[in-house]
Amino acid sequence: MNIGNKSIPQTAQSISTKKQDWVGMFFHFLFICSALVGVISLATIAWFLFSEGLPAFRQAGVIDLVFGNEWLPPALFGIFPMIVASLASTIGAVVIGVPIALLTAVFLAELAPQWLANIVRPAVELLAGIPSVVYGFFGLVIIVPAIEVIFNIPAGNTVLAGIIVLAIMILPTVITISETSLRALPPVYKEGALALGASHIYSIFKVLIPAAKSGILTAIALGIARALGETMAIIMVMGNAPAMPGSLLEPARTLTANIAMEMSYATGIHASALYATGIVLLVFIVILNAAILYINKKRAY
Amino acid sequence: MKKVIGLLAAIVLSPLSFASSETTVTIAGSTSVSHVLEVLGETYQKKTGIDVEVQGMGSSAGIVAVKNGITMLGMSSRELAIDELTDMNTTVIAHDGIAIVINKSNPVDNLSREEIKKIYRQEITNWKEVGGEDKPIIAVTRDVSSGTREEFEKILGLKRIVNNIEVSDISQRTLVGNGNGMVKTLVANNIYALAYISLGSVDNELLVKALSVDGIEATNEHIFSGDYKLARPFIVLYKKNVAQPALDFINYIMSDEAQKIIEDQGYISIAQSHN
Repeated sequence: MNIGNKSIPQTAQSISTKKQDWVGMFFHFLFICSALVGVISLATIAWFLFSEGLPAFRQAGVIDLVFGNEWLPPALFGIFPMIVASLASTIGAVVIGVPIALLTAVFLAELAPQWLANIVRPAVELLAGIPSVVYGFFGLVIIVPAIEVIFNIPAGNTVLAGIIVLAIMILPTVITISETSLRALPPVYKEGALALGASHIYSIFKVLIPAAKSGILTAIALGIARALGETMAIIMVMGNAPAMPGSLLEPARTLTANIAMEMSYATGIHASALYATGIVLLVFIVILNAAILYINKKRAY
Repeated sequence: MKKVIGLLAAIVLSPLSFASSETTVTIAGSTSVSHVLEVLGETYQKKTGIDVEVQGMGSSAGIVAVKNGITMLGMSSRELAIDELTDMNTTVIAHDGIAIVINKSNPVDNLSREEIKKIYRQEITNWKEVGGEDKPIIAVTRDVSSGTREEFEKILGLKRIVNNIEVSDISQRTLVGNGNGMVKTLVANNIYALAYISLGSVDNELLVKALSVDGIEATNEHIFSGDYKLARPFIVLYKKNVAQPALDFINYIMSDEAQKIIEDQGYISIAQSHN
C-alpha cells in the first residue's frame, strides 16, 4: 500500500514533465513554422519577381521602363502611364473612402444606438466578403453609366469609375480596424475629456481619434494596399487603355491590370517586363509600409 | 501580386489535377473558339461520358498552355507563327468572320475598311465623319493575347514597325476589353461604341449589331464567296505526343454530327468552306 501510494504520484509527475516537454517543443516548433510561412512566401515571391523581371530592366533600361510612356510589346515597355494610373486610382480611393470609413468607425464605436450598429456592422462585414468580380460588374452596370450621364462623356470607363469602386472596396478594411482601435482605448481618455467639460464630439475629434492614430494609420495602410493590389474590378471598369490618362475622366490601365491581362500568354522579354511591373508594385508596397512604420515609431517616442 | 501567386499556383497545380483523371480532355485558348467548343464539349460528354474542360483565355495564352503541357489541346482563332509550330499539330475545325459591331441604337450600318482603320488609329473620332450622328466614336479593342485582334490587325494592315519589331497600330487610347464577352457587354451598354468580335457570337438578342464592311453584309455566304474579307480560321492545336482521349475528341469535332452543330451555332463548317 505504502509503496504503491508513493510510487504512483512519482510516475505521474515524471510522465507529465516528459509530456509537457514534448508538447511544449511541438508547439514551439509549430509557432516558428507558422511565423516562417509568411516570411518564406515573401522571400520566394521577391526572389522570383526579381529573377524574372531583371532581364527586362537590363534590356529596356530602368529609366525607359519606369518612365517610358509607351507600352507596345514586344517593342516598347514603358509603364509610367500605369504607375500614374495605379497611384491616381489609389489616392482617389483613399481621399473618398477613408473619411467615410473613419466617420463610420467613430459612429459605430461611439455614437450609434445598439440596434443601428447591429445593422451597419454586419453590412460592413458582408461588404468585405463580396468577390471583386461582383464589385467590377456592379461598377460596369451602375457606376460607368452614371458617370456617362453626370459628366456627359461618351464612355464612363474611366479612372473615376475605378476610384469609386476602390473607395467602396476599401471601406470594410478601414472601418473594421479603425473601430477596433477606437474601442481598445482605455475608457479614462473619454471620461477625462468629458469630466473636463469637453463635448462628446470635441472629445471624439481631439482625444479619441488622435489617441487611436496608430491603429487608424494601420487601417489606412491596409486599405491602400488593397486598392493598389485590386485587379479584377479595375479591369472591368477602368477601360484598360495603356496610354497616359489626361484626366480622371479618361480610361487608364493600372499596374495590376497590365499583369493580369497579359501574363497568361506573354513570353520572353514581354513576360519579363510584366514581372518588372510586379517589382514596381512591390516597391510601392514596401515604401508604403515603411512610411507607416516610420510614422508610428515617431509617435511612440 | 495576387495574380502572380495565382498564376504560379495554377501552373504548378494544373498538370497534377488534370493528370489525375484519365477521362477528362482539357482545352484552353481563344475566347471566340471556346464559344462553340463549349457546346461541342457538352454534347461529347453526354455521348461518351468523357469530360471536356474548356477555358477561354485568348489564342496566345492557349498556345503557351499547350506548349507548357498545362492543357492537352489549345484553341486559336489565328494562324500560328512559325516558331509556335515546333512540335505542334494543328487542325482547322471551322471558319469564322470578324464582325464589326456597334450598339443597336446607332443608325450607321456600313463602314469601309479604310474608315475602320482610321477609327482605330483615332484619325476619325466622330460618327459624323462616317455618315452617322454628331457623336464621338468609342472604339473598343481586345487585349494583345487575342487571336481575333491579331487577325483583325493583319487584315486591315493595322501594324507598324517600332525598333524593327512589328507592333499594333491601334491607338493606345482605345478601350481594351479582355474576352469577346466583355467587349460585347461594353458595346451593348454604350451607344457610341464600336468593336470587333467573332461573327458567330453576334446574336440578335443582344443590343449589338454587325455592320457591313465595304457595302458587304457580314454573313457566312459572303465569307464563302470571299467578298467579306474579315475572316479567319478556327484552329485546334496539340502536341505531337498528345493523349488518346484528346485525339478522340478532335475526331469527334471533325465528324459530320459535330460539324453540323458548328453550322447551327453560326460558324462555317469545313465542308461548307470547301464548296
